Amino acid sequence: MYVAVKGGEKAIRNAHKLLAKQRRGRTDVPALTIDQIAEQLAISVARVMGEGSLYDEALAALAIKQSRGDLIEAAFLIRAYRTTLPRFGYSEPLDTANMLVERRISATYKDLPGGQLLGPTFDYTHRLLDFTLAAEGEAPLDAVETAAIDEGPMPRVTDLLSDEGLMETDPLPQEDDVVGDLTREPLSFPADRDLRLQNLARGDEGFLLALAYSSQRGYGRTHPFTGEIRYGAVEVEFFAEELGFAVSLGEIKLTECQMVNQFDGSAKTPPKFTRGYGLVFGQVERKAMAMSMVDRSLRWEELGEECTAPVQDAEFVLSHSDNIQATGFVEHLKLPHYVDFQAELDLVRRMRKEWFAAREKRDEDLGLSETKEQEAAE
Amino acid sequence: MSAHPDTATSPDEGHYNFAYLDEQTKRMIRRAILKGIAVPGYQVPFASREMPMPYGWGTGGVQVTAAILGADDTLKVIDQGSDDTTNAVSIRGFFEKTAGVETTTRTSEASIIQTRHRIPEALLTEDQVLVYQVPIPEPLRFLEPRETETRKMHALAEYGLMHVKLYEDIARNGHIATTYAYPVEVNDRYVMDPSPTPKFDNPKMHEMAALQLFGAGREKRIYAIPPHTKVKSLDFDDHPFEVQKFEKPCGLCGAENVYLDEVILDDKGGRMFVCSDSDHCEDRRSHGHLGEMAADPAASHLASTGEERA
Repeated sequence: MYVAVKGGEKAIRNAHKLLAKQRRGRTDVPALTIDQIAEQLAISVARVMGEGSLYDEALAALAIKQSRGDLIEAAFLIRAYRTTLPRFGYSEPLDTANMLVERRISATYKDLPGGQLLGPTFDYTHRLLDFTLAAEGEAPLDAVETAAIDEGPMPRVTDLLSDEGLMETDPLPQEDDVVGDLTREPLSFPADRDLRLQNLARGDEGFLLALAYSSQRGYGRTHPFTGEIRYGAVEVEFFAEELGFAVSLGEIKLTECQMVNQFDGSAKTPPKFTRGYGLVFGQVERKAMAMSMVDRSLRWEELGEECTAPVQDAEFVLSHSDNIQATGFVEHLKLPHYVDFQAELDLVRRMRKEWFAAREKRDEDLGLSETKEQEAAE
Repeated sequence: MSAHPDTATSPDEGHYNFAYLDEQTKRMIRRAILKGIAVPGYQVPFASREMPMPYGWGTGGVQVTAAILGADDTLKVIDQGSDDTTNAVSIRGFFEKTAGVETTTRTSEASIIQTRHRIPEALLTEDQVLVYQVPIPEPLRFLEPRETETRKMHALAEYGLMHVKLYEDIARNGHIATTYAYPVEVNDRYVMDPSPTPKFDNPKMHEMAALQLFGAGREKRIYAIPPHTKVKSLDFDDHPFEVQKFEKPCGLCGAENVYLDEVILDDKGGRMFVCSDSDHCEDRRSHGHLGEMAADPAASHLASTGEERA
């Protein structure tokens, strides 16, 4: 028998107890520690920090533990916590040229000032399951030989290209330029690039990946080259009014991707390279790359291109990139809708009644009703 | 801290502000509400916050309630007309925990009623505020997906498209095939989505004594209908607006002209109709009104009150 889905408080309490039990799993297996998650699932932690929009490894690790490894749920926990934090102000712009680089590659130049630095990467690994990891102890890790990193700033590839005028230059920020913040003002359209980038930086990795992929397969082609990907620590500075100078708040780890795109020029602009920009917390390269490709695609209007593909459509992309919003609305379909469904039932019943009545009348008019009666008699 | 007695201590200490949101955020939301009241039916963008419940589960309504809630308010939360629906229980629990306000299931005792999908059957008074949870605030959204376009259409009061849609319904089906979230025109100006309440509830919005506030968290919009405001369901002269009619009264309390839920009792086609508004139904039964199924054992679990079940 169908039981009406009206649950009481008791049912909810018990469901949550059950969840807590499931989350813990078998008690003869040791519980995960926050440190273990932060250290050994660092890329999950980085993704949760990025999409949760809060840089705090310990909290992100806690969220992952609490959410049983559901990373969107973990990002959601972080967002809900983030809402309650007081806001002191905005940091100074980050200087990624002064990044303490752990990895830096360029696909456009064989060698370049500062050098190529492969760093920690899955690239060029063979994706073979390593069964020694499944064994209780791990094999001792080999010592690593790394190249010495040049001291001093490592110029970004895009800065090298712009010396020749081949690369579009970034507009210099004005002193009184206000940077938008969509956590403080609702997104409205048309959205400028600052807001678009903020939206993408918080956006879902999978969504951006699929959009970037679509642009490679002919839906709004942008001919991208990886100008540079760099990953490392950058200092965050905050201008303290009371002191009159900027103070360092600490370091955060970032991946920055500059995608260089061919551009044939238009009535507005001579032929040159343009770029797309991606910046994410931690070493989430896939997202940084996808973000830079989507960013470039969204710039069609300013560059005088044609808008033909979903990835170029700012309203479409920016309105659907946030996985916290998306998951909430998709999953809200689990909530009871029987009042609305009742209204639909009523309408469908009425329409069916009319449909059958109309058919009967038509059959009568055509003299078919007698045949039907005959058939029934047979 | 004495200037802000209810301002948050740091969340690190395990405390949240009264009704969760910080005072700055509440002020921002109140401004949006005031603007909404000043321009009835107009969707006011606001910087919706992430709440500790998912988008689409009432974050807009919760933010509006949090912004207007005072320590002396009595809160009622319903979903599908009922106080004991899971999400209503969850939201009520949220405000009990974060604001410590009194809650009730009785419509007449509540000063703020947050609702999803229904308007209570009992007449609301000037001392009450009805807060709707809204999933898609834009009535034109399914006709025009672009916000830039729909805002223009509202600005120009260009609602022809909506009338064409309703006309096409009639041409195809002989009826307007919109049964819930039925568009209304507010104060002779803005076309507004009443949230997915069944159109049965639309007439209650007209000239309602209570203030009606609408919060859409994911879509970041707030709108309002001030007390005693004209609210007209869109229709045509030859196809006037009409509400659903039920053939039978409520099986438990015998109420007529109320919205009913259909409850399937067995797999042999047995079904009964009961009040969607559980408080209204309980109230009637306590006053001795009994429907024909009231004594039926098959319906006994429906007749118990929320408290008993919990």
